Amino acid sequence: MLMNKPNRVPLVHISKRGAIKWYAVLAVRIAAILLALIVCAVVTMALTGENPLSIYATMFKGAFGTSRKIWNLCQNLALLLCVSLAVTPAFKMKFWNIGAEGQVLIGGLATAACMICLADKLPNWLVIILMIVSSIVAGAIWGGIPALFKAKWNTNETLFTLMMNYVATQLVAYFVIVWEMPKGSGKIGIINQSTEFGWLPQIGDYKYLLNIIVVAVIVIAMYVYLNYTKHGYEISVVGESERTARYVGIKVERVIIRTMLLSGAVCGIAGLLLVGGTDHTITTTIAGGRGFTAVMVSWMAKFNPVVMILTSFLLVFLDRGASEISTVFGLNQSFSDILTGIILFFIIGSEFFISYKINFRSRSEREAEKEAAQNV
Amino acid sequence: MKKFIAILLAVAMLVCFAACTDNDANNSASPSASPSASDESTATPAEGENEGDDTNEGGDVATVDKSELKVGFIFLHDENSTYDLNFINAARQACEDMGFDEAQFIFRTNVPEGQECYEAAADLADAGCSIVFADSFGHEDYMIAAAKEFPEVQFCHATGTRAHTEGLDNYHNAFASIYEGRYLAGIAAGMKLNEMIEAGEFTADEAKIGYVGAYTYAEVISGYTSFFLGARSVCPSVTMEVTFTGSWYDETAEKEAANKLISNGCKLISQHADSMGAPTACETAGVPNVSYNGSTISACPNTFIVSSRIDWAPYFEYMINCVLNGEEIAADWTGTLETGSVVLTEVNEAAAAEGTADAIAAAEEALIAGTTHVFDVSTFTVGGETLDSYMADVDTDASFTPDTEAISDGYFHESEYRSAPYFDLRIDGITLLDEAM
Repeated sequence: MLMNKPNRVPLVHISKRGAIKWYAVLAVRIAAILLALIVCAVVTMALTGENPLSIYATMFKGAFGTSRKIWNLCQNLALLLCVSLAVTPAFKMKFWNIGAEGQVLIGGLATAACMICLADKLPNWLVIILMIVSSIVAGAIWGGIPALFKAKWNTNETLFTLMMNYVATQLVAYFVIVWEMPKGSGKIGIINQSTEFGWLPQIGDYKYLLNIIVVAVIVIAMYVYLNYTKHGYEISVVGESERTARYVGIKVERVIIRTMLLSGAVCGIAGLLLVGGTDHTITTTIAGGRGFTAVMVSWMAKFNPVVMILTSFLLVFLDRGASEISTVFGLNQSFSDILTGIILFFIIGSEFFISYKINFRSRSEREAEKEAAQNV
Repeated sequence: MKKFIAILLAVAMLVCFAACTDNDANNSASPSASPSASDESTATPAEGENEGDDTNEGGDVATVDKSELKVGFIFLHDENSTYDLNFINAARQACEDMGFDEAQFIFRTNVPEGQECYEAAADLADAGCSIVFADSFGHEDYMIAAAKEFPEVQFCHATGTRAHTEGLDNYHNAFASIYEGRYLAGIAAGMKLNEMIEAGEFTADEAKIGYVGAYTYAEVISGYTSFFLGARSVCPSVTMEVTFTGSWYDETAEKEAANKLISNGCKLISQHADSMGAPTACETAGVPNVSYNGSTISACPNTFIVSSRIDWAPYFEYMINCVLNGEEIAADWTGTLETGSVVLTEVNEAAAAEGTADAIAAAEEALIAGTTHVFDVSTFTVGGETLDSYMADVDTDASFTPDTEAISDGYFHESEYRSAPYFDLRIDGITLLDEAM
């Protein structure tokens, strides 16, 4: 009897899938999204009694209802995409940079500092150039510090970049008090609201167009950088195996530091666009969690900058749609978080089914087992 | 194949951008358009229905049909914040009293004091709201930005300071003389301390109030000072300690602040911050609490004494009536005890001293009659000296230039030169434990 035990097939077991066809992958993903939408509808129906179609219609209206909403969607999409692009080269190198939030904040802080401290002291165009340079440098430094420590002393980059977020948040909190307006109120408000000094130029009547164009350029640049340059190749090799990289003569330390400088610099640009381009203020929450959402965007797109357009679109769409649902049906903001959570659960879950398959013990196996047990 | 999908997606993205560019070509006039009533090109498809009405009206302020009127509300937090709950309740009440359909009042909760506020305001204007109201001090800059872009929509903002100097026809501030309410609540606090002193719980010298404040600017200073003066008017030996949390809503920080004050020997706690942190800390410790924004009796049956609050329903009805009748909304509106804007909740007999309700009623009459003034200069000193002149910063500017003489006829004229408080004196008897971070 004991001899038979190891051979027994469990009721359910999981095995790794081989390569599967692209349409199967696509089908799994679409199924996941459909399932997610169904579960969302059921949850919303149970809580509000609305019919599911009107829920989807509301979601869609929240994202595309008016031209302002579409612009907003594109603007949010552009910023999330920018941060996602920033973290991607580091991820590809298997350097877990979860400090994008802090790198964006510090870039934004540098921008705000220029706007506030240099107002009326230098010509506007010069200040804008200084804003661009300082935000990129600030972001690069913030990304470069953990990379330097990783390269020189092999510190854990996940913890290091995470903690740099808190340092950045506290720095911003400190400067908000220094620059607060009026004194004691704990907020800066819109910087140079009457003079618009240091605001990035608006293209025509389109408030967000500049941000969208800048990010579109970064998408292309990043795609080319990762796929068609020597640097991009080095990043993939280091990511696959550091030893191989060393063996073929790649200076791993240099690649790590260089890539993180780039990653931080692009985050700095995101901070610049946020503070100088749209919000014209700085708060501790201005990055709005994009630094962390970007991790998901980048992963779901398998580090492909072009696919990232779709994944960040999906997340922004969900976010805006879900918040419209909570407004229209008079629900708390937490409700939209619940919906987003459900959808992400399914999407991330679908990745599991792409990589693995679940095998159920078939009837014949079960009977064979029974027989074996009786025979003993 | 991957490449194929990638290209497909890129095309989809481009189409998406192109789509919004197309849509906006019809629309782009809105930010730069002149504020003329005939400017119909600013209409988005969604507001098309309302546009018909507006075109027929001339003049600066268009009247709106009651059944078509929509009012948008922007709240910093949601019902869990006592401050926002107070606004939400008032809006619901105004909606009911005036016979509006619930769908005509659109609520946006959890709108931060940032670009999100502008987006929410613009979105509400797009949805056809004739009035957009925001409830938090930090929303002001964003409301002004939206007001400039939508000249045909009225933007009303509670607690702000800039409307009377900004010169926009469609941007308005409102507040109430809540310092009077706090003064009355302070009387209830002073009487409670007296009762505890008489009962031998502590000596008169030990009578100390703890106060949890949010930020260190005039609104909060005016609030705790008037509360303290109310308490001292009945309990002369009282002192006060104030601590700041640096946030309007931080339940943990407010709870810790209250506990710190209690362990410092404070015998009674009050607060100007919006969570249930301080009241529940008091209930746990068995320390009496004078609340703000509304009754906390259900969570704190043994320690809640009374709460002062602003009833916003009168203002909401005022601003809505103005729009319905085609009248201009005042740039700076101050609610008072008489307008029914400054109110106190029922006194909790289980916790309050005997006769509290009567004493409050008597003091309220004196305030309305003008025989008592909250900031009577004979009742307080600053640095040991009685003041006879103080220049307040009423017209907000970057360098906080004092511009208006606030003391005359023997008292500090709070909320008279603008609705939002500007009393920011640090009077003797109140100790600030820490300035807000």
